[in-house]
Amino acid sequence: MNHDRYPDAYIRGILDSVKTIAMVGASAKDVRPSYLAMKYLLQKGFDVIPVNPGQVGKELLGQKVYASLAELPHPVDMVEIFRSSEHAGAVVEEALALTPPPKVIWMQLGVRNDEAAERAEAEGIQVVMDRCPKIEYGRLSGEIAWAGVNTRTLSSRRPTLSGTGVQHLSLRKPKSSPDE
Amino acid sequence: MSEERVPGFSTLAIHAGAQPDPTTGARATPIYQTTSYVFDDVDHAAALFGLQTFGNIYTRIGNPTCAVLEERVAALEGGTAALAVASGHAAQLIILHTLLEPGDEFIAARQLYGGSINQFNHSFKKFGWNVVWADVDDISSFENAVTPKTKAIFIESIANPGGIVTDMEAIAKVARRAGVPLIVDNTLATPYLCKPIEHGADIVVHSLTKFIGGHGNSIGGIIVDGGTFNWSREGRYPTLSEPCESYQGMVLHETFGNFAFAIACRVLGLRDLGPAMSPFNAFLILTGCETLPLRMQTHSDNALAVAEYLSDHPKVSWVSYAGLPGDRHHTLAKRYTPKGAGAVLTFGVRGGYDAGVKLVSSVELFSHLANLGDTRSLIIHPASTTHRQLADAQKTSAGAGPDVVRLSVGIEDKDDIIADLDQALDKID
Ligand SMILES: Cc1ncc(COP(=O)(O)O)c(C=O)c1O
Repeated sequence: MNHDRYPDAYIRGILDSVKTIAMVGASAKDVRPSYLAMKYLLQKGFDVIPVNPGQVGKELLGQKVYASLAELPHPVDMVEIFRSSEHAGAVVEEALALTPPPKVIWMQLGVRNDEAAERAEAEGIQVVMDRCPKIEYGRLSGEIAWAGVNTRTLSSRRPTLSGTGVQHLSLRKPKSSPDE
Repeated sequence: MSEERVPGFSTLAIHAGAQPDPTTGARATPIYQTTSYVFDDVDHAAALFGLQTFGNIYTRIGNPTCAVLEERVAALEGGTAALAVASGHAAQLIILHTLLEPGDEFIAARQLYGGSINQFNHSFKKFGWNVVWADVDDISSFENAVTPKTKAIFIESIANPGGIVTDMEAIAKVARRAGVPLIVDNTLATPYLCKPIEHGADIVVHSLTKFIGGHGNSIGGIIVDGGTFNWSREGRYPTLSEPCESYQGMVLHETFGNFAFAIACRVLGLRDLGPAMSPFNAFLILTGCETLPLRMQTHSDNALAVAEYLSDHPKVSWVSYAGLPGDRHHTLAKRYTPKGAGAVLTFGVRGGYDAGVKLVSSVELFSHLANLGDTRSLIIHPASTTHRQLADAQKTSAGAGPDVVRLSVGIEDKDDIIADLDQALDKID
């Protein structure tokens, strides 16, 4: 995978298939990007498990916090890393040690560790680096266009409402015919 | 459409940002003429106000019709995001409000729209934003103007009034060395003729009033974030790199990455200063935007024909149009605006002030008014109108000497445009 520029289909495929996400470095501060992403992903129906040794025993956005990936109660589809690029390597090692390992490892906007990505990809794991899942979900659903952002997508199909209120679009591809 | 295909300019001019309406299926972009939007519940409201989720709250901060225009122009310019506002001048106000603190400086080209010169010289000084002027024909004047207080450089790609094409790449180098963003007013060129971000601009600004709207019916402005500048590297742009008090300590650059500047302009500048675009204007400008490539090419082709005609006319002493071979900016025009040099040109009529007045009084097809970028051909004699209050020496240094006439050549048949000038020039004795 070329980690400088991901095809939209690659990111869409990931966000469309994963259900459970372990979020390493989830912050309890409500203006930190990890908190914002976790809140948004929960609202979009993902099952997000916060991992943060400093918050063990507490709840974050109603979810129990775990100290490490090894302590998770059940397997996860994706590990999302909110740590610095240098620390991301160790988190990837922990993720690779899980049984079963996650299908996807995602490093947050600003986080990139090519060496760790190569190790994960060698195990057949899909990797995304230097991207925010909230921004990508917003971009591919079209929600982020309300903020004037260039989604770099074009379509003459009607966007799909997610069904949870008016101002929520779904990631599902627009339908090709009204009664499909 | 295959996702990896990059759509061409004409496709983007029609489609970017505009999917059918999700609830009604309306294909044209609806005019969401509403001030506000209902919340699902208090949590949704809190998430919107805290910038935790995407969505509309109040039309001063964002509107779905305006948002389509924003994505459209961001896509045409190759930027990451945009913010539409009430006018070109409002866009300039919000950009500098986001970048400067009182006591800071910015460098601006002397060759700017006269209204921008006024805005910078007088109104912005009241905010403590100090303009330092430089000359686009002498790049070292930009270099020499840089001080530790410099926060931005502001230029026009093609300068109004007419004829001047700026060497953007040379000035972008000065900006990079100084560690400040380059802001380019691309109003006269439009992204059809020139894309400043490809030449080193970090922020692009437009008066949409002109060619992008293109039909002389709506005032508007837009700010495009190039996504190219690192706001946090030196901590010189605290609005973007420091915790933001009115959003509970959120750091905008860290949260919004390469479109943080556009977000800051919206959630701080537009929210607090207030010059929002009307959704109805956004609709009209969007409709104009769809034909931008067709219009801009015709504007440029017609302007070149008019410039050639005027160059040979005995009552015309000089013509300034970078599209003319032999013009002093022609080499730069070939490099930066290869498809054409735009619609606007200036020329001198023999006989000075009185001849200028006679000319604008004798045209029939041309409209005598103070605008440019309309489908219609427009004419103005600055010395008797926009620059009337200045002394003669000041008029001349502002490029508005007694003999100067400015045209914004429209997209009528070029023979009719030339015939009208011909009969009007004939009336000058
Ligand atoms: C190059 C340029 N920039 C900015 C403006 C200001 O735009 P507005 O009139 O939309 O405020 C104008 C208007 O003439 C212009 O020509």
